[in-house]
Amino acid sequence: MMESLGQLGMGFAVALQPLNLALALGGVLVGTVVGMLPGIGPINAIAILLPLLFAGGLPPESSLILLAGIYYGSQYGNSISTILLNVPGTASAVVTALDGHAMTRAGRGGEALALSAVSSFVGGTLSILGLVFLAPVLASWAVRFGPAEYFALMIFAFAALSSLSGESVPRALASTGLGLLLATVGMDPQSAVPRFTFGQLRLFDGVDFVVVTIGLFAVSEILLTLDRTTWGRAAVSAFGRVRLGMSELWGMALTLLRGSVVGFLVGVLPGAGGTLASFMSYGIEQKMAGSDGRFGEGDPRGVAAPESANNAAANGAMIPLLTLGIPGSGTTAVLLGALLGMNVTPGPLLMERSPELFWGLVASMYVGNVFLLLLNLPLVGVFVRVLRLPAWVLMPGVAALSFVSVYAVNGSAFDLVLVTLFGALGYLMRKGGFPLAPVILGLVLGPLMEKNLRRALALSGGEWGVMFTSTLSVALWAAAVAALVLPWAFERTRRFRRAAGAETD
Amino acid sequence: MPFRSSAMPHRPPAVNRPGRRRGVGTAIGLVLLLGLSSCSPRSEARGTECVAPANPGGGWDLTCRVTARILNQTDALPGVMRTVNMPGAGGGVAFAHAVARRGGDATVLFAASPATTLRLAQGQYGPLQATDVRWLGALGAEYGIVAVASDSPWEDLGELMEAWRARPDSIVVSGGSAIVGQDHMKILLLAREAGIEPRRIRYVPFDGGGEALTALVGGFVEVFSGEASEVEAYLETGAVRVLAVLAPEPLDGLLAGVPTARESGYPVEWVTWRGFYLPGGLQEAEYREWEARLERVGRSEEWARARAQARLRPFHLVGPDFESFVMEQVSEFGNLARDLGLLDGAGRGGRGP
Repeated sequence: MMESLGQLGMGFAVALQPLNLALALGGVLVGTVVGMLPGIGPINAIAILLPLLFAGGLPPESSLILLAGIYYGSQYGNSISTILLNVPGTASAVVTALDGHAMTRAGRGGEALALSAVSSFVGGTLSILGLVFLAPVLASWAVRFGPAEYFALMIFAFAALSSLSGESVPRALASTGLGLLLATVGMDPQSAVPRFTFGQLRLFDGVDFVVVTIGLFAVSEILLTLDRTTWGRAAVSAFGRVRLGMSELWGMALTLLRGSVVGFLVGVLPGAGGTLASFMSYGIEQKMAGSDGRFGEGDPRGVAAPESANNAAANGAMIPLLTLGIPGSGTTAVLLGALLGMNVTPGPLLMERSPELFWGLVASMYVGNVFLLLLNLPLVGVFVRVLRLPAWVLMPGVAALSFVSVYAVNGSAFDLVLVTLFGALGYLMRKGGFPLAPVILGLVLGPLMEKNLRRALALSGGEWGVMFTSTLSVALWAAAVAALVLPWAFERTRRFRRAAGAETD
Repeated sequence: MPFRSSAMPHRPPAVNRPGRRRGVGTAIGLVLLLGLSSCSPRSEARGTECVAPANPGGGWDLTCRVTARILNQTDALPGVMRTVNMPGAGGGVAFAHAVARRGGDATVLFAASPATTLRLAQGQYGPLQATDVRWLGALGAEYGIVAVASDSPWEDLGELMEAWRARPDSIVVSGGSAIVGQDHMKILLLAREAGIEPRRIRYVPFDGGGEALTALVGGFVEVFSGEASEVEAYLETGAVRVLAVLAPEPLDGLLAGVPTARESGYPVEWVTWRGFYLPGGLQEAEYREWEARLERVGRSEEWARARAQARLRPFHLVGPDFESFVMEQVSEFGNLARDLGLLDGAGRGGRGP
């Protein structure tokens, strides 16, 4: 353990050289700008820059630091467009959008942005501690996670999120169902048989998540604004404070801690990653808050939880990447490419053979995280001012941003048609009071759930008993049942007590 | 207490005057626009393009980017070669683009591998055929392997196949590709050699070799079918044992000493080549010109280094030889799929004739 700390210190010594600091700064800047375009996202930004880095002859550690800077910058850039404009570009940002954009509408956009940066930082810091102390243990834990366990985890996630959408359970279920249906479009992940593609090659890969998200959230937002705007009045008025009070942060300490722990643990599981982490931490926070929470209406905890979880998951994903050679997320897949390009094969022996690289990578990620905080906290006030634009400037801007982002994903005009259709659908759903986030949840988790269910059954030869054979999966099933039953039971006892109290009065 | 979700319509708060801060907002708008203008993946074609039929980061993307980089350092090309990512349908979108939009266009190159020929042979690109494009060449390759966990009872391929023949239902294989994809085909080929009925082979697809290998190490499956580069990181830990390489000759490096499948009595090879095709309708001179360019890349020091970095082994086949190699491969894969009863209903894996 002390050894790990010492090696982490060495990693920081490398990361803190002047050239590397400059690269981290530049990376965060570029990343923030690129990240505001939701379709590009960190993965593509890094992938496109990689060959340039190799060609440019930067030393490996410096390349990694630049990449880490870009990664954090673009995550945050994405938070900016999510919180201020309701244009989420990643699945985890969808969760942030729920309360982040609600805060903006309530005139607390600056606060939400600052909170997002601070939460990311806290998530990053805590999960680095997790890496130092738990990496070897967790690597062997991740190997035990088979298809049945993954399936149980998904069930738990859906159970924890059952109240994500507020009061109307049937409507939330309908939205989740729609998401799951959309997830089945395209080539079946197991056998590559096309499903619901109507012979369209463009639909073979399914409906891209970015297309659905931007359509449902951003395009419908534009339509709604059209609905309620006359003569181009500003979309959002008040700005409120930009700064976060220390006392408020202290009040959220437990939320941040829970978000980081959940995020880190889920991040360790390959394939699940940041999306599941942010959705789950949000769901857990919401359940814990019970009727005290104002989730969905701009509760700051609804920003703090997913943002810390998402970042902690990014660090957690380093464990399967570096110790098993399995990229846990799109970003780590690209990092894996970068490592291979440096003639380093991530694998079970990496931590023993080249600890300087492992900890150098961790330190770079952390330096990127710190720079993000330093650079962006002072700039929050500037970003927020984009909202001062009158609606007749801002809304066409959001429309342009949405369509360019969607086009950037696949370079396909077909997606532009799709995003418009989803925009109309989103508009109708909002008018009808159907929540949008469960659609995204279903779309993202659907394939994972399907694949793991089918794998589990293929492994067992069709025996459903395989779902409950390991302690781990039984525990997850129990947690899922608890997530469904406990809030209801609490509510019952509370009501009972209140009723009892009324009688004695 | 009931609370509304953010998805519910909200009334906008009262009006606010843009005021002198407007300048700042405009500046941010401009930055956004700058960001936008530099990010469109496809613009008017100048110079040449290499189309990677997948997202950045994978094998096809790498093939394109490395080749483009090397070609750009020479004067073999009229302009600069750019890499364009055109993901979709396992390469089908790019293939359809080549056929429908780029016929006769000598400024574009498409990355390919056996995943392309396998899908063509199984009719997974719809009505499109391998003969609709011109096959240019391959510059490197990987070879298939069959591995078991180190605590497994089988010490060599012969023992495994014996056990398999005796009780096919008791053995589950993991691989990183879909059903009837590359990793599944390797096992089906071995099964055919061993006289095991293909439909009794139990194959479970995972997302990539890494996950499939983890399932092997975690004890969820008995056998792993994949690529040489995928197991190398695990070999040194002693967690897995490679029973055979599906190569014409034993490999060097970490896999030295592992017999080929042929040596073990099952003559099966699986070459995962990395190469290119051109659109159809090219003039012969244009094809020859590309052939010369690719030859030049393949023989360069730069490529040898990049190939080693990407963990590919030498495999150089360019021009008409490659064309006939591909045609043969497609018809072989087609025959195999028919034999295995996979072609009924576009690779659905249903009952064969």
